[in-house]
Amino acid sequence: MSGEKDLEQLKKEAVAKAKAAAAAKRAAKAAGEAPSKPAEPAKDEAPASAASETPVEKTVPPTEAPATAPANDADDLAKKKAAAVAKAKAAAAAKRKAMELAGATAPSESSPAEETVGAGANEAPAASSDADDLAKKKAAAVAKAKAAAAAKRKAMELGGTPEAAGDDAPSGDDAKAKAAAAAKAKAVAAAKAKAAAAAKAKAAGMADADAAAGGDDEKAKAIAAAKAKAKAAAAAKAKAAAGGKAETAAPAAEEKPSVNQPFLDKYLKVIEENMGSDVLEDSYINKLSKDVPTLVAKRETYFKLAQFLKYNELLGFDYLSELHGSDFETHMEIYVHLFSYKNRQSVALKVKIDRDEPIIESLQPLWAGAEWPECEAYDLLGIKFTGHPDLRRILLGEDWVGYPLRKDYEPYDVEV
Amino acid sequence: MIRTEEMILNVGPQHPSTHGVFRLVVKIDGEIIVEATPVIGYLHRGTEKIAENLQYTQIIPYTDRMDYLSSMTNNYVLCHAVETMMGIEVPERADFLRVIAMELNRIASHLVAWGTYILDLGATSPFIYAFRDREMIINMLNELTGARLTFNYMRVGGVKWDAPEGWIEKVRDFVPYMRGQLAGFHDLVSGNEIFLDRVKGVGKYTKEEAIQYSLSGPNLRSTGVKWDLRKDEPYSIYDRFDFDVPTSEDGDCLARYHLRLAEIAESLKILEQAVEQFPAEGAILAKVPKIIKAPKGEAFVRIESPRGEIGCYIASDGKKEPYRLKFRRPSFYNLQILPKLLKGENIANMIAILGAVDIVLGEVDG
Repeated sequence: MSGEKDLEQLKKEAVAKAKAAAAAKRAAKAAGEAPSKPAEPAKDEAPASAASETPVEKTVPPTEAPATAPANDADDLAKKKAAAVAKAKAAAAAKRKAMELAGATAPSESSPAEETVGAGANEAPAASSDADDLAKKKAAAVAKAKAAAAAKRKAMELGGTPEAAGDDAPSGDDAKAKAAAAAKAKAVAAAKAKAAAAAKAKAAGMADADAAAGGDDEKAKAIAAAKAKAKAAAAAKAKAAAGGKAETAAPAAEEKPSVNQPFLDKYLKVIEENMGSDVLEDSYINKLSKDVPTLVAKRETYFKLAQFLKYNELLGFDYLSELHGSDFETHMEIYVHLFSYKNRQSVALKVKIDRDEPIIESLQPLWAGAEWPECEAYDLLGIKFTGHPDLRRILLGEDWVGYPLRKDYEPYDVEV
Repeated sequence: MIRTEEMILNVGPQHPSTHGVFRLVVKIDGEIIVEATPVIGYLHRGTEKIAENLQYTQIIPYTDRMDYLSSMTNNYVLCHAVETMMGIEVPERADFLRVIAMELNRIASHLVAWGTYILDLGATSPFIYAFRDREMIINMLNELTGARLTFNYMRVGGVKWDAPEGWIEKVRDFVPYMRGQLAGFHDLVSGNEIFLDRVKGVGKYTKEEAIQYSLSGPNLRSTGVKWDLRKDEPYSIYDRFDFDVPTSEDGDCLARYHLRLAEIAESLKILEQAVEQFPAEGAILAKVPKIIKAPKGEAFVRIESPRGEIGCYIASDGKKEPYRLKFRRPSFYNLQILPKLLKGENIANMIAILGAVDIVLGEVDG
């Protein structure tokens, strides 16, 4: 008996330790990631968007790391992370310096699409005259990234407006994706042209001293011309894609309601007639999921609604095709896919439940097929189903610590 | 009067007739099963958890290992889910290659089901015949994909490899060969009196029970529900082919046995037409972004695997990895009815009933 207790105690301690270590890790990560991201070499991926993501994701204050980490190894880890952070910061500072040098060019690039190569060439000497080669290279890279980001933003603005007006049709997404791709191509072309122009300017600056630079000058000119041409074409394409597609996508989606809309309307009507209007939290056609009518039940009405969906003669959802839970961090969710063999129609039933106390009625009394899937949700997510005849940890076993599919799960191992 | 005592019999997890690592704790009274409790999870690898840290293309090899007898349909359901979310049109040639690969795999899977089922019941030679013909399919799929079982063949937007030269002809020649073999299988086993005694009227359930227990595939169709997602909710290019959905009204092990063989014949029909209509040229992969990002939202799609309805649920937050991935694994759902079927049965029927469900434990445990 006491041995068992000891084991329990040990387990609990280990869990606490693992959790503390994880917290420290997270905190260190949060501290480390924010400055290190901009320090990464500038790619075509917009750094602006990456930077805007980090503060939202990581809310753990860095001071929490030593406070919540009693374990030494966690401390060490935090130290190492801190060192890495310092390194990254230094790199970022160096980069910033380079950026300041190139500052004259970068801020003026709000709309690279409209910019001509000539303008780029005019600005380039300003940077090149007082900066060394390294700074120049860095500046070019920064300018490239900035141009990409600006172009992306612009494309988003063009493509995004109709989407914001409530159109989540795949066609709208398509347009957006296409516009983004086109804008990316455009931005790359623009940046390349810029780099070429800079090279040209540099060559021009050295021309009187070095005769051989004349050949380079010719070459750079030709390259710049070609790039400008490509850029113009890309710009036109992007404009057409963003403008034209977005315009056509929105009305098309409005005109064509989903083929399943009548079914959803029917379900809603039957439900309202029999159960009142206070049953559903939401209902919509899920266009991403083959237009399946989706009902989001209220926590209190979930079981009653499921019962109604099964036994109502007009609905008759006699088959439970799928049941699973998901952890959405703010809440847990049960997703049930029901099917009616009589009407040959599908419906998705969802319910949001409290994450800290995930308890919900079992559907096993309605559909026997829900028994194991509910055990699985209990096993992997810790959702408790009341009224379930045999709720057990079906896959992992009763001695497993924690619920792996929860987003904050930390693996527990006796050996560690 | 004879007094009997209840006894616990442990079957598996290491037992050839459990088709993998499946354990069954059976309480018996004499020879009659009082209670049967399936114990699963020995093969749980946490695919869904792993997938949350993988890009969509990287998840495909993991799906191979769920239902390892029918990896193609597993590949397909994941790609299909992502394609549905992103609205990707798959090129025609890729669709044909997918259908041919899936149907070949379906035949191979049913051959294993057939051979091992007869083996479970005590006849050794049909198993050898089944595996000989399955080997031909495996070799063909090996030529196509470079792997015998875990194909990793499909990609979001198409397939990885084009058919090698002469491969389509090989498939074409295989169809009549397999038809001949199928007739031979019936001659060999279907009329055998001992076999019929073992399976006829055994493990019976009704249509209502099948629906109530969320059964799918041959397990559902054996009760007379004419439902095949290839026909009734057509995906890919299945609506172009003319084939039947075999059903039976009996709901017993024999019905399920016959349905699997009948489905091989239907798959051969599809193969025949697919090979005939196979486009001479064309792309095998749609133009997809280098890094695949499913749009924000969720989707659930289901398709017909040899074992039933395999589904894939993706919740995406717009990143390159899924936020949550869930597979509806048909074997997991099909196995639920087993305790009910075994209750009150003779212990000798246990293996016959379990074998007829046709489970793959990699899929049961996920």
